[in-house]
Amino acid sequence: MSVVFERPKSLSNVPLHYCPGCTHGIVHRLVAQVIDELGIEGKTIGIAPVGCSVFAYNYFECDMIEAAHGRAPAVATGVKRSLPDRVVFTYQGDGDLAAIGTAETVHVGARGENITIIFINNAIYGMTGGQMAPTTLLGQVTTTTPYGRKKEIQGNPIRVCEMLSTLDGTAYAERVSVDCVKNVNNAKKAIKKAFECQIAGKGLSIVEVLSTCPTNWGMSPTEALEWVRTDMMKQYPLGVYKDKTSDEEKEGI
Amino acid sequence: MAKVLMKGNEAIAESAIRSGCLHYFGYPITPQTEIAEYMAKRMPKVGGLCLQAESEIAAINMIYGAASAGVRCMTSSSSPGISLKSEGVSYIVGSDLPCLILNVQRGGPGLGGIQPAQSDYYQATKALGHGDAHLVVLAPSSVQEMADMTGKAFDIGDKYRCPVMILADGALGQMMEPVELRDASAVTLPEKPWATCGHEGKRKKNIINSLYIDPKELEDVIRARFERYKLIEENEVAYEEYMTDDADVIVVAYGITARVCKSAITAARKKGVKAGMLRPITLWPYPKKALAALADKAKSFLVCELNMGQMVDDVKVAIDCRRPVEFFGRTGGMIPTPDEVTKAILKLGGAN
Repeated sequence: MSVVFERPKSLSNVPLHYCPGCTHGIVHRLVAQVIDELGIEGKTIGIAPVGCSVFAYNYFECDMIEAAHGRAPAVATGVKRSLPDRVVFTYQGDGDLAAIGTAETVHVGARGENITIIFINNAIYGMTGGQMAPTTLLGQVTTTTPYGRKKEIQGNPIRVCEMLSTLDGTAYAERVSVDCVKNVNNAKKAIKKAFECQIAGKGLSIVEVLSTCPTNWGMSPTEALEWVRTDMMKQYPLGVYKDKTSDEEKEGI
Repeated sequence: MAKVLMKGNEAIAESAIRSGCLHYFGYPITPQTEIAEYMAKRMPKVGGLCLQAESEIAAINMIYGAASAGVRCMTSSSSPGISLKSEGVSYIVGSDLPCLILNVQRGGPGLGGIQPAQSDYYQATKALGHGDAHLVVLAPSSVQEMADMTGKAFDIGDKYRCPVMILADGALGQMMEPVELRDASAVTLPEKPWATCGHEGKRKKNIINSLYIDPKELEDVIRARFERYKLIEENEVAYEEYMTDDADVIVVAYGITARVCKSAITAARKKGVKAGMLRPITLWPYPKKALAALADKAKSFLVCELNMGQMVDDVKVAIDCRRPVEFFGRTGGMIPTPDEVTKAILKLGGAN
């Protein structure tokens, strides 16, 4: 018998703590597959955030650092500037990246830091139990928007890929989803391209992944996947927002 | 090596480079901006990096990353900026990372002022960041000491895997004095097998982390860290005694204030009060034993600082309240004159 599928080598052989139906596990696996395919586990340093993926440092076999809430891009900057020949990625959620860590996020783009950001957008604060995120949709009910998010009160959701693509130092920004097999495959391609972008020294690469949170959305896993398609993709259209990967010159730092 | 005339801020910057620190992350704030400017000029010429961060918060987290990667690194700021860094410092302590943090103090609270102060004593020695934590805190009182302490700070940090703060002030940072700098070729950097620099398939993965969800595990980690703190207290306490042999009044002062106090002690002795000084060079660990020994023979203590008396309790605890402890200080950026301190000594010594 031949093996057609197995756990990627750089994904740790431990149980993940994520809720049933959460798509963090899929994204972890895709990142690990890309690390394996590029053969970079031994030269990669990953930065975990604060949020649902806080324990990501236990899930990847490369060297890992746990950062303070929102500070992963600054920590990644410190690592990359100290070890320019290493591959450095952050794995961050929406509250971490687009609320408390907005300044750190914007400035790695401005500086064109040669790092890769894997950004999980599930429109909610999962770990603390379902509060409003900067990416929560208008009308979406959370524990801190019990009557639905109203733009007059809580303001509007942030589109991260669009925002970062305005910065000259951002080399590659793509929004993907892991709601179906086709999109999972596309997500893996995007993640691989992002890491390759870093290795080629092009500048900041970010892959935003629309992700589900059945527990805090109050949905079944299947309903949650459907909601990604019917509601999230309207606010956050999938696609490539910036791609300087085929430019000849190195642009990053 | 010949002496050169340098500002305190520049002496620290050059000394850091000569101590093998090739990674500086900072943010401009008076009165320490010369450090970032000096680093920006020098680092590219020695193959190092000076990066101006978008905030103090980002700068300290870049330090967190660089220290995790295993390189010698430093950041510098002044009081309001140090408050911003306190979150990152707590993570650095909790992850057992060595680095140098320099605070060239100015008056506070709030935006305060830009003149010299020592009003971050509590913050530095008691609570820079949340959690059970200590920093090693060094207090220079001359430009030469600023240069010497910089190398020492990196060595202590690497030896005990802890952040070290140099607590200076705006006067020391800005003033120029002749200084002899260390020879860069004499530096050997220690191995850091714990660093997250890529395992290269040659070892198990390293993790830099301050999160322990199991409370027993967190307690164990903290207790182990406090065992190292005990070693620091045993090995690294530093202080200077000045004319204490026959002194009835012991002045306790550090940093720029200690220099004013030396003049005041000479003046007080001329007027018949036998005064001396203990100058803590390490503010944490604190020279408790030396103070306790002085309390055996001295009659009273005078704490002198550029704040409202933040070190007084430490002296009282060190001498177990066996002698009266009085305080004289100026704050908000004011520096006492030798005359003012002399009067305080004479009053305490019973002379007029």
